[in-house]
Amino acid sequence: MSYVLEIKNVTKRFGDFTAVDSVSFNVEDGGFFSILGGSGCGKTTLLRMIAGFEKETEGDLLVRGESMKGIPPEKRPVNIVFQNLALFPMMNVEKNVAFGLQRQKIPKQDVQSRVTEMLERVGLVGFEKKKVTELSGGQRQRVAIARSLVLRPSILLLDEPLGALDRKLREHMKIELKLLQKEIGTTFIYITHDQSEALVMSDTVAVMNQGRFEQLDTPKNLYKNPATSFVAGFVGESNEFDVASYSDGALVTKNGCRLTKPGLDFQPKKLFMRPEAFILSPADDLPDIERIDMKVRTILFDGSNTKISAVIGQSNDEVLISLPQNAQFEDLREGDAVKVGIHHDDLKCYQD
Amino acid sequence: MKKRSSTFYLLMVPVLLWLVMLIVIPHLDLFFKSFRFENDDGLVVFSLNNYLAFFQDKIYWLTFVKTAIYSIGVTILAFVVTFPVAFYLTKIISKKYSSFMVLLLLIPIWIGELVTIYGWMILLGDRGVINNFLIKIGVIDTPIVMLYNNFSMTIGLLYMSMLFMIIPMMSALESLDDSLIEAASDLGASKWTIFRQIIIPYTTPGIASGGIIVFMLVIGDYVAPNILGGKSALWFTEQIYNEFLATFNWNEGAAFGFLLLLLSSGIIWLALRLTGQKLEKVGS
Repeated sequence: MSYVLEIKNVTKRFGDFTAVDSVSFNVEDGGFFSILGGSGCGKTTLLRMIAGFEKETEGDLLVRGESMKGIPPEKRPVNIVFQNLALFPMMNVEKNVAFGLQRQKIPKQDVQSRVTEMLERVGLVGFEKKKVTELSGGQRQRVAIARSLVLRPSILLLDEPLGALDRKLREHMKIELKLLQKEIGTTFIYITHDQSEALVMSDTVAVMNQGRFEQLDTPKNLYKNPATSFVAGFVGESNEFDVASYSDGALVTKNGCRLTKPGLDFQPKKLFMRPEAFILSPADDLPDIERIDMKVRTILFDGSNTKISAVIGQSNDEVLISLPQNAQFEDLREGDAVKVGIHHDDLKCYQD
Repeated sequence: MKKRSSTFYLLMVPVLLWLVMLIVIPHLDLFFKSFRFENDDGLVVFSLNNYLAFFQDKIYWLTFVKTAIYSIGVTILAFVVTFPVAFYLTKIISKKYSSFMVLLLLIPIWIGELVTIYGWMILLGDRGVINNFLIKIGVIDTPIVMLYNNFSMTIGLLYMSMLFMIIPMMSALESLDDSLIEAASDLGASKWTIFRQIIIPYTTPGIASGGIIVFMLVIGDYVAPNILGGKSALWFTEQIYNEFLATFNWNEGAAFGFLLLLLSSGIIWLALRLTGQKLEKVGS
């Protein structure tokens, strides 16, 4: 398998601050690769190093097997879509898209045909002569992507381009971007702090924290089997508890909730439970289920995302539990006692 | 139309007075004067002689053309000299230092044009700082004549008008997002292309408004051409001055004044047309 991008022990320091700390990974050709992390985790710095705007302090970057050391941004076979898109306001749509091609020695009619073809691809036919300031947010987005893709880069880098859009349009663009990537087949490297964007669009997601990769996996695995407590807490919703003691499968949280978690060969410090992992009133014959008595504290109605907040009996621990949207638990009220089950595998324990 | 209150008209009075008394009336008066001519019989008659005199005497229109060319030249020079400074102050150093440096740039304005011009005389004179230094280090034996010619005049005009180019250009550059430059570079543009295709078009309104101010200041300046230019560097304002205060021919002077006004308006109009700018946009 050949990789379109290989990152080898790349480190970036700004003075004393280490923004990217010895990161290594490979990106397969034609995939949608996301880097997910909070602000200040180093993801933008990493992206800017791939684009060539920042120089790595240590390590090497290879695009299609070729080292990018000392190659300036304008000579790299990668293009970037900026967070604010950075469309050229003094040029119309067509000129924006043609800008990169005109920098190469390509005959005029070829430039024209490639621009037309690209605008067709992103559905902007008829907008050629429009000023970019006259376009809607979604259209501007597509111009920015077209402007980069028309150069047929090995990798397209996207720096949170959906951040400025309103929620509805963002949901729409997520799907559009994923489809576009599948259709064109160019490798996308997408950085975002929005886990939903990363999970929906990507083939592979890297979760970044304090300049390091915490986990590199498929969206599904990332969600199902978080490798570290950071990932467990960052990706998706989770109930997080500090663990006070653990021995022979008996786990006690800081607030005094007792649970059984068999088979741990380390001393856990943190416990995570996803809201949707809970089963309300589990059947008596289900195997490997930890059964907990709880009391409903409040019901947080949010359409399909409705949850109940419940207090675990004999402790002060409070958990959020997803409420199935069938009529079964319709008459659940505040103060009701409920029996809640959770599979032993869904009790995620971590050492740090 | 909306009916205005009496307070509105009362508040308008100072503005109207200022406009009418200090701008409209003097200009109208000069305009009429420029067509007045004292004939051989000592009678004042309406005539175009004042304007004809301008075309008949070679020195007048040669100075006129020279003033126009030098003003355009100084404006272009001001752009060339100040653009790197404006770029450096807005895009390269941090905001903290740049506001301090702008303050330094402002200092010559505080002491006034006349004083800064005398400063240049100290620098450029035959026994001035530059000549002394060059002789000391042995580059030259005899002083180079740098004062009282077109060179010293150009320096003076450039120096006193430069700041008016930097400020509008800086505000234009400040609004230019760095990511536009990065995007252009990412799309394969060289530094020169970025400058020509991105930075210049983006800052054109700023350059145009700075250019207009510089041009008008330069074409209407009297101090720098008179003191630094000396006798050999003629400037059209000096001709106007002579008509008014040396030969006391106010009618001729008025005609020259209007010719200068026509010239500067014409050149600015042409420049705006050539660069595709609108006066409203540049003025804002």
